[in-house]
Amino acid sequence: MLAASEPLTVLIADDNMTDRMLLSSIVRRQGHRVLTASDGQEAIEVFQARRPQLVLLDAMMPVIDGFEAARQIKELAGDALVPIIFLTSMTEEQALVRCLEAGGDDFLAKPYNQVILAAKIKAMDRLRRLQATVLDQRDQITRHHGYLLNEQRVAKAVFDQVAHSGCLSSPNIRYLQSPYALFNGDLLLAAFTPSGGMHLLLGDFTGHGLPAAVGAMPLAEVFYGMTAKGYGMAEILREMNAKLKRILPVDMFCCATLLYLNFQRQVVEVWNGGMPDGYLRRMASDEHIPLRSRHLPLGVLSRASFQEKTEVFSMVPGDRLFLCSDGVIDTADSDEELFGVDRLQRVFELNRNPDLLFEDIHAALKAFRGESRDDVSMVQVEMVEPDSLEQPATIYSDSGASSPLNWSMSLELRADTLKRFNPLPYLLQLLQEIHGLRAQSGALYSVLSELYSNALEHGVLGLDSSLKRDAEGFAQYYDQRNTRLNQLKDGYVRMHFLVQPEGTGGRLTIDVEDSGHGFDARQVIARDAEETGLSGRGLKLIRQLSRSAQWSEDGRSACVEFTWEALA
Amino acid sequence: MSNQHLDYDVLSALQEVMEEEYPLLLDTFLTDSEVRLNELHRATDPQQLGQAAHSFKGSSSNMGATQLADLCRQLEERVKHPPLNDIEDLVNRIDHEFAEVRRLYRDERQRFPC
Repeated sequence: MLAASEPLTVLIADDNMTDRMLLSSIVRRQGHRVLTASDGQEAIEVFQARRPQLVLLDAMMPVIDGFEAARQIKELAGDALVPIIFLTSMTEEQALVRCLEAGGDDFLAKPYNQVILAAKIKAMDRLRRLQATVLDQRDQITRHHGYLLNEQRVAKAVFDQVAHSGCLSSPNIRYLQSPYALFNGDLLLAAFTPSGGMHLLLGDFTGHGLPAAVGAMPLAEVFYGMTAKGYGMAEILREMNAKLKRILPVDMFCCATLLYLNFQRQVVEVWNGGMPDGYLRRMASDEHIPLRSRHLPLGVLSRASFQEKTEVFSMVPGDRLFLCSDGVIDTADSDEELFGVDRLQRVFELNRNPDLLFEDIHAALKAFRGESRDDVSMVQVEMVEPDSLEQPATIYSDSGASSPLNWSMSLELRADTLKRFNPLPYLLQLLQEIHGLRAQSGALYSVLSELYSNALEHGVLGLDSSLKRDAEGFAQYYDQRNTRLNQLKDGYVRMHFLVQPEGTGGRLTIDVEDSGHGFDARQVIARDAEETGLSGRGLKLIRQLSRSAQWSEDGRSACVEFTWEALA
Repeated sequence: MSNQHLDYDVLSALQEVMEEEYPLLLDTFLTDSEVRLNELHRATDPQQLGQAAHSFKGSSSNMGATQLADLCRQLEERVKHPPLNDIEDLVNRIDHEFAEVRRLYRDERQRFPC
């Protein structure tokens, strides 16, 4: 007698008492537990109550016959496999086929052959256990999928908090991003600088899902934190690169394009590491100037090898910058041909209304591929008139109890320091400790930036400000700036700060002196009064934003004052 | 040992399976068969007759009554092709065969006094 590997509960349904008794004994001898029923109805009831793992069913039974009982039992079993073996003394082919078509998994002929029965039970049990494994794995997968979706939901909620302080809703920005962009590794950040300029970053992390999203959060923190403090592009890029290099695994990195729009000077600085070409569209000439990738992505190079050199372009109000993720270029049609740069440029050429550029691109992609994609990111930024954008007020987190109101400080920054250190964010942070000055933060930063860059670039480095008159001159100017800064051996910029209470408020006096050759301040101021445009030392701006501004005769030092009233 | 009415090899296999329940099986079959025969006689339509024959065929084959099983098979087949003129004849032959088989089963039963 063949023994079963594992005892099952077997239901035997046969209206013939003899057969039922005989079969029960056979099955019991094979090591299984036996339930019996004498008609189809009883078989269904016993199955429902006791849930046996295997059913031996006589085909011809009264009340409800075997076929109908089989159908109902299978329905009650649901996803689980309960093998049904029909017991039959039918010999015709048709009848046997009917057994299988009725949902039976096998049949056993009478007279019963014990050996065959044992073998069939064993085989059916194997199938039953296989099905049970499949169902179990299916349930596990469903559960894990649920966890995954939940993780992503939480990650996205956290990220939205980190990124919410951005200025993507500014009227000069249009953008298009899938709600799942985060999990495609796409990142779009924008923030105002303290002086009223704008930083914008479009990034693309390697990978998908949570690994791609996880790098976005530290990067966003660096971007927003440093921008708010007044750090420049170079410093922010260096810090983002170093951070990603440190925290991401070796094979992960972030392609990115970073823009700095300076509305006061009507220029844009561009850094592109590994992203597809961006485009600067000059509305007057309808040119599209490509903003190419000149660097490796963030997170690849060590601090020493990282290059933060930017390209500078002049713009006029109405000119636009366009950036997109590689989803656009990489869209493939059914022959696996890529959309490519040429087709994108063609869309630009044909586009009549710049406000509909995204729609034109989408239409072109859809026509090319045959269906639309939801994983492309696009952004368009417009150069606007200075001071035309409303900046949200900075929120300070302290209580206002401590405020340094009577102090002075002197700094001298010499050649080596001028090359590699930007003092402005630290100075601004210090000055922001004076609560009365906070309302003028923007003006203060702009003035400090102008004074410092004048002292450094025109003073110490001796650059000719008239170079910045046109677009080409600009590129030349910044090239020269970098070269001369690298070669700098001597020179200094001195800054002196004096804060004194005055009446119910106070006064801040800033003195800046440089080691350069100086200039004819009177002449420049006179000229500035007439001229508008790109060039100049921004003297007009400094005078506009501060309480008073004066230059020494030789032009090597400037003295600027800010005052404030007591806070209400 | 085989005999045209009863296959004793089948009986010994049954004995091995049923062990101490073997006599009970024999009794059950005999009682059950009376019921089946009644059904055969009382059947009012071909379908009922066919079902009764089918059922009797099953148990008799299981119990080694090969000739009886075969007669039931013939009856089951026959009722599918009306008109059923000579049905009575076949039923009578089943009666006779069962009478014979019953005698042999009772002899077999005698071997287990209880």
